[in-house]
Amino acid sequence: MDFLNPVINGFAVVLEPTNLLYCLVGVVIGMLIGVLPGLGPAATIAILLPLTYNVEPVTAIIMLAGIFYGAQYGGTITSVLLRLPGEASSVVTVFDGYQMARQGKAGTALGLASIGSFVGGTASIIGLTFLAPIVAGFALDFGAPEYSALALLGILLVATISSGAKTKALIAAALGLLLATVGRDVFTGESRFTFGSLELADGIDFVPIAMGIFGLGEILYNLEERHRAAKAPSKVANVWPSRGDLKQAAGSIGRGSILGFFLGILPGGGATISSMASYAMEKKRAKQPERFGKGAPEGVAGPETANNAAATSSFIPLLTLGIPANATMALMFGALLIQGVTPGPQLVEENPDLFWGVVNSMYIGNILLLIMSLPLVGLFVKILRVRAAILAPVTALITLLGAYTINNSMFDVTLVVVFGVIGYLMKKFGFEPGPLVLAFVLGSLLESSLRRSLLVFGGDPMGFFGRPISATLLAVFVLVAVLPGIRSMLAKRKASAVAEPGTVQIKEKV
Amino acid sequence: MPALPDGDLDDLTPEQLAARWEEEKPPAAGALANAASSLVVLGVGVGAVILSLAMGLGTPAAPQPGLWPFMISCVMVVLGLFQLVIGRHNRDAEKFTRMSMAPLTGLVTLALMVALMPTIGFELPALALCIVWMRFLGSETWRSTLVVSAVVVGAFYGLFVLALNTSIPHLF
Repeated sequence: MDFLNPVINGFAVVLEPTNLLYCLVGVVIGMLIGVLPGLGPAATIAILLPLTYNVEPVTAIIMLAGIFYGAQYGGTITSVLLRLPGEASSVVTVFDGYQMARQGKAGTALGLASIGSFVGGTASIIGLTFLAPIVAGFALDFGAPEYSALALLGILLVATISSGAKTKALIAAALGLLLATVGRDVFTGESRFTFGSLELADGIDFVPIAMGIFGLGEILYNLEERHRAAKAPSKVANVWPSRGDLKQAAGSIGRGSILGFFLGILPGGGATISSMASYAMEKKRAKQPERFGKGAPEGVAGPETANNAAATSSFIPLLTLGIPANATMALMFGALLIQGVTPGPQLVEENPDLFWGVVNSMYIGNILLLIMSLPLVGLFVKILRVRAAILAPVTALITLLGAYTINNSMFDVTLVVVFGVIGYLMKKFGFEPGPLVLAFVLGSLLESSLRRSLLVFGGDPMGFFGRPISATLLAVFVLVAVLPGIRSMLAKRKASAVAEPGTVQIKEKV
Repeated sequence: MPALPDGDLDDLTPEQLAARWEEEKPPAAGALANAASSLVVLGVGVGAVILSLAMGLGTPAAPQPGLWPFMISCVMVVLGLFQLVIGRHNRDAEKFTRMSMAPLTGLVTLALMVALMPTIGFELPALALCIVWMRFLGSETWRSTLVVSAVVVGAFYGLFVLALNTSIPHLF
């Protein structure tokens, strides 16, 4: 079993005290921001990026990953107790979770959700352990043309699957690509879009953009949002679900794990979409669908399992292909680049400690989270009383001072504020910030692999279609790009008379 | 903020609940805001096209620095035009309301902090920022505002100056 050796070595990495500590810090922060309505995991990770400069790459990613999947656990608590989804991925949990709480079964709902999250997360890690090396092995043959096609497809998928208007998301992505070109051109050494500024000569750093657009933009946006009133319940009793409840929810936990795992791998997929898909699937499968919305345990267990499974499996495209599947993964990508590690198919081979360290840390993290969300849930319920008015200036100050510490420069702080304004305005005008950050991260990779492939093809763009993998990827690209247009045209022709049913759009929090 | 009367809310079905959230969202902006944002996109796109042309395009086989930015900015111009025409009636932009004064005030305090930090250190601007955000943007009481602000700035001083020994400009 040679294959398992690096896996076992990975556990040795995780069990180093520093890494254990950062894992704990990560999941506690994730739990906290999951419980507190306001900042989402992406904003938190963005704000905390400066923290990762002084630690080992594996330690940094262990902590950031902990924040991400920890938030999935924490978001459940407010959904069930207050009917306020702490995270976008816990929105559907509100429907049945809150009703269960009203029937005096809040503890059961929370217990089922944590057990489901644990099962989904763990199943997904096992899937990741076996699938990731295979994908990475396959991708080792990828050349520049394949990477250009993959990056293009990734950006397009993230932009079109996002919740807002698709054109606007694509515009955001284009802006991200454009921002990535600022600075010195790697091929010719000429300056682009620097307007004579020395500070811009080396290009814009990823961290100020992420901190501004995700972090400060979100903080400013939240200042305006009238927070829905909430009153925290004093205590939650009996979080251990009964055997009957568990039996009833077992099927949905199993289905949620599988569904979440596969939806998480897809670019643009991830926790939010898989929780919604799981709720829809459970409702469709149920013998008495009318129970849903009135406190059906499956309606809590399924989505909560799925969002955790997806949060974990979305690491696969990042760690094996070097293509982030969603905005949060784009931040991880950026964090790795800062550390001098380029995620890609060679990562498993060249950096087994990092790869397996991060993967295996998720087992530990999930166990920690299970402990925190079953016996210690009362503690986190108390945190709900911290008021947003106090939290907002604290996070704003952390962002500004943190930005300064990156390079000890006020220029970075100024950039953060400028991008904070851009992020706020984008949210106001309905432009998703996620695609911008993702496209920015992939921008230089896309440009260099595109130019390199064109050199190989002697300037003939049709060369992309001469290679099977890049041709397939580009065919999918064209399909994804054209399909919505055709579909809406057909729909218009067919049913201009039929009134469209009101669709609900829940603004994704980053 | 006072708690909403919960009784009638409790019996809503998921669909009604979702519809209610939809209502509670800030009001949507009109066609003018959509047009304005599209025009900004167009402006950025056209500007980038001109600048890229100035950098030189070259050929696909031997590209000059401007080729790739030129391609992106062309896409941006096309998307901007599309949005201007087709996306006119989208309702995904939010109106600026009286509530939008809060982020504006917040931004002013942030900008002041950035401007003042290099000269008088971070402590006093940070204290002022906390007080403005808590008392005026968050309607905390004066007492809790002052106590919490002082504690927060003290904690940041302890963390960034005493513990981490960073070079953040500080007065004391």
